[in-house]
Amino acid sequence: MKKRTKRKTNWHDPLHIGWPLWVISGASVFFLIVPVLLLVPMSFGSAEIIEFPPTRFCLDQYRKFFSHPAWQSAVLTSLQVSALTAICSTTLGLLASIAIVWGKFKGKGFITGFILSPMIVPLIVLGLAYYVFLAKFGLIGSKLGLVIAYTPLTLPFAVLPISATLRGFDRSLENAALNLGANRFQTFMKITVPIIRPGVITGALFAFMIAFDEVVIALFICGSTAVTLPKKMWDVIRYEIEPMLPAISTLLLLLAVVFLVATGLLQKRVARRMESR
Amino acid sequence: MWQKAGFRHFLLVSPAMVALILLFAYPISRILVKSLFDPHFTLKEYVYFFTSPLYIRVMWITIEISLLTTLTALVIGYILAYVLRRARPGVRNIFLMAIVLSFMISLLVRNYSWILVLQRNGVVNILLKYFGIIDHPVKLLHNKFGVVVGMTHIFVPYIAFPIYSVMMGMDLNLEKAAQNLGASRWQTFWRVTFPLSLPGIGAGALLVFIMALGFFITPALLGGRKEQMISNLIEIQVIDLLNWPFASAMSTILLIVTLIIFFIYNRFLGAERLWGGVKP
Repeated sequence: MKKRTKRKTNWHDPLHIGWPLWVISGASVFFLIVPVLLLVPMSFGSAEIIEFPPTRFCLDQYRKFFSHPAWQSAVLTSLQVSALTAICSTTLGLLASIAIVWGKFKGKGFITGFILSPMIVPLIVLGLAYYVFLAKFGLIGSKLGLVIAYTPLTLPFAVLPISATLRGFDRSLENAALNLGANRFQTFMKITVPIIRPGVITGALFAFMIAFDEVVIALFICGSTAVTLPKKMWDVIRYEIEPMLPAISTLLLLLAVVFLVATGLLQKRVARRMESR
Repeated sequence: MWQKAGFRHFLLVSPAMVALILLFAYPISRILVKSLFDPHFTLKEYVYFFTSPLYIRVMWITIEISLLTTLTALVIGYILAYVLRRARPGVRNIFLMAIVLSFMISLLVRNYSWILVLQRNGVVNILLKYFGIIDHPVKLLHNKFGVVVGMTHIFVPYIAFPIYSVMMGMDLNLEKAAQNLGASRWQTFWRVTFPLSLPGIGAGALLVFIMALGFFITPALLGGRKEQMISNLIEIQVIDLLNWPFASAMSTILLIVTLIIFFIYNRFLGAERLWGGVKP
């Protein structure tokens, strides 16, 4: 029988948290979340001016966003570029992760560091580098150029979850399958792939999200012909007043929630597979 | 046998290596070349950078804002991690969800939300006026305050997570033992908890400092003319002034400083901490 008794304050209890700490940490969580949540009510306000608190409730901002050709093409460009980037960097990342986790070869430490290094190079440096590089091949303002720039950038974010899953994978399962008469290809498709799939999907999702949200490199290489959603938002935030930005932000917030739930579920599946091995 | 397996694995890693060399290392090396040759070898861009008072000032502003945001993010992140470690699972999950969610929301959206909150007729000013605390709007945006708030907001999760993961591995019985031996709560914290969490602090703070040095979005959107950091000057040189050699020199300097800090970090803390505790 479970009975909740109020815990008495025990100053020796290491789990005790004083009220000032509760206040500060509560305020910190408020600080992290609330400014963004304020955009949600504003998104249902007028599409002519941004007001807080909104004086009327309507869907004008969303209607305007979904019927605007320039925004539609920006969303489409972003989706295409991010999907292609995710495919490229997940493929490269999966192969590299298998080698890094299971292989033994000279210079492994160096190679691993090199593969993860795009994480620490400042985006502005990459922006300039790709501006110069892509201009030489006439790829400024092309979707291909964006994919070229985003694949190395997202590679570490694909490699990290994939290699974490591989590390938890028990390779004796493969041996068991081989002993039971499966060939190498069957073993890979029937044993290895299903077990590491959640990790690979997580890696692909991360790569997609990083590419979908990238704006600094985009500023340099989008030109006027391959404008992505973040680049378009950037121009609007910086140079004009566009009262439908709260609606776009709300949609992106929703996307983050979907992403959070998806990665959470995948993580659970990874954990379950590792327990049941 | 090993030789053969090793070669096979090397083949697996080679597509990624080729892609990185051609599409990552080579473009970066081009800007190094561009900053040094015009068309003959010259250091004039670097000399100009280090002798011009404007750029010296920008360098200081960059370092100052980076240090400030690292510090504020560290304080907030540490307290969050401390509370998370000790909170009941229900509360912990709510807090964790909030931090992860804020981490995943688009950077532009987060910065934009701060514009609406901090601007002249923004949420904070409206509330302060409503409660009669101020008569005239306070300037909260396009100054150092706005930049530090915006960047802290982005960096808190990067610091909270490494500290949290270090704290989860910490044996709380040590604190109990210290208190049983007569230490006060405060002493226990400074002599036991804090030293044990130092690896997490080092990892998070250095990562955030490196990121802050090259940060671009927030100073551009929330800063005024006096808060423009080195990244913003690079953008101006490229887009507005088309001065590629000088922008390349500034980028090279930024990259080298970043790499130096990273190598120091790698030497003392091990880079695997940076990759979220995932040991390559």
